[in-house]
Amino acid sequence: MVRRIFGLESEYGFVFQNKSQKAYPPERALEFLFQGILMNSWSRDAFLPNGARIYQDTGSHPEYSTPECDRVRDVVVHDKAGERILSRAVDFAFDHLHEEGVDGSLFVLKNNTDSAGNSYGCHENYLIDRNVTFWRLSRTLIPFFVTRQIFAGAGGLVPDGEGKVMFALSPRALHIREKISCSTTSSRPIINTRDEPHADPQKYRRLHIIVGDSNMSELSNYLKVGATALVLQVIEEGGLHDRMSLEDPIRSIREISLDPTLTRKVRLEGGREMTALEIQWEYLDSVRSFLSREGPVSPASREILDLWERVLSELGRDPSRLSREMDWCIKFRTMGQYREAKGLEWSHPVLSMLDYQYHDVHVDRGLYNRLVRSGRVDRLVEEEEVLCAMEVPPQTTRAKLRGAHIRQAMKEHRSFTVDWTYMRLNDPPQETVHWSDPFRNWENGTTE
Amino acid sequence: MAAKDTETKKQSGSTSSREDQEPEAQASARTRQKADEVREEADALVDQIDEILEENAETFVKSFIQKGGE
Repeated sequence: MVRRIFGLESEYGFVFQNKSQKAYPPERALEFLFQGILMNSWSRDAFLPNGARIYQDTGSHPEYSTPECDRVRDVVVHDKAGERILSRAVDFAFDHLHEEGVDGSLFVLKNNTDSAGNSYGCHENYLIDRNVTFWRLSRTLIPFFVTRQIFAGAGGLVPDGEGKVMFALSPRALHIREKISCSTTSSRPIINTRDEPHADPQKYRRLHIIVGDSNMSELSNYLKVGATALVLQVIEEGGLHDRMSLEDPIRSIREISLDPTLTRKVRLEGGREMTALEIQWEYLDSVRSFLSREGPVSPASREILDLWERVLSELGRDPSRLSREMDWCIKFRTMGQYREAKGLEWSHPVLSMLDYQYHDVHVDRGLYNRLVRSGRVDRLVEEEEVLCAMEVPPQTTRAKLRGAHIRQAMKEHRSFTVDWTYMRLNDPPQETVHWSDPFRNWENGTTE
Repeated sequence: MAAKDTETKKQSGSTSSREDQEPEAQASARTRQKADEVREEADALVDQIDEILEENAETFVKSFIQKGGE
């Protein structure tokens, strides 16, 4: 697998429920949440010693960006570490609210939609070769992103337009309005043109993908990023072309999302019709045969290809066979069983509540985390790796340097300014270190 | 001879029916056991969900508004 920089940015939903008589501003509760991450600081935007960035985004919600990773598994570990950091912060904020005599609950939800029809995202970032024609890249990628939701979708209840709700594979997919654009809020595209490589712009551009859901399942997350990385590699190396362009990708992404049976066919340019599963098989077959032709397939690529193949096979047989592994299948089974046991309509608010609670990042209270603990859901990584990633950056990218410098400056109580590509110590002796190459995990005068 | 044959057939018939019944009975016991396990598992899941399910779901769901996301 070609070495590449990956990162995930997750925008989290934030809910403060004041159950006490006295009025209390939710902004104050959010302040406590940030203090639970950035001790002794009132900042709402900071890099952490693990190389990640946490900040308050517009709309008063926390956003966590993983540090730069160069292995797909590392992205999954660091994304999960972000959940754990927020879970710990929820406990911190709860205790402080309690000390102030406020009886309230705090929820941080790693999902993508609220009850009023707003959406917030999970943004995937892939550092790609500047020399690839962006137009060709986008055309080749669009059918992949339209159909990827069959394994990467978080699943969820969405309004059906007639006052009821229905189950969608990807709630986020229903908020996508354009094929390609620079917009991120008003008219969200499948391919976003934001291009901040945080690296040599002559060599690289950043592919910013905002079409996907936030995943709780590590396997969904792994396959989402892993399959995308392989498709990108094959496009960069000239092995994939836009043979499957869709007649109307925006319509198709909706149709696929609203069909958990996976039987809906979408129309390609030229009139041919295919299911999302068939389109994904085409991508998998093309990627596998290209990589095999080019030489021995690396173990990292093979692991992703094998998982991709197994997941597509299972989806073809019966998606419920993945109800321990992939987000939408886990959720569909869990909510379905609860609904049946209680005799509820899908539109009952309790099921919408469950939908939200699946994404509650709290380790003890969140439904996804409960399912993991009771052995109903399979994991990809070990919890020890996640706990370690809360403190330690990936060791193979410049995040290692950022993390070490931040830790040192904090230890020495130095004032500093830090960003993805540099760090400046503000008080004398002033000093600025630059890390323009994200692949480089050593500094001048040191060895790797 | 004919009676004997009949007897033999009867016997073999009853033997094979016992042999059939045995696995059938076992299979049905296994199915029952499996069904019980599935039911127990579903009950345990429902209990687990009831434990964490927020009260006032309707209020929570309606009040959850998150503006400003990308």
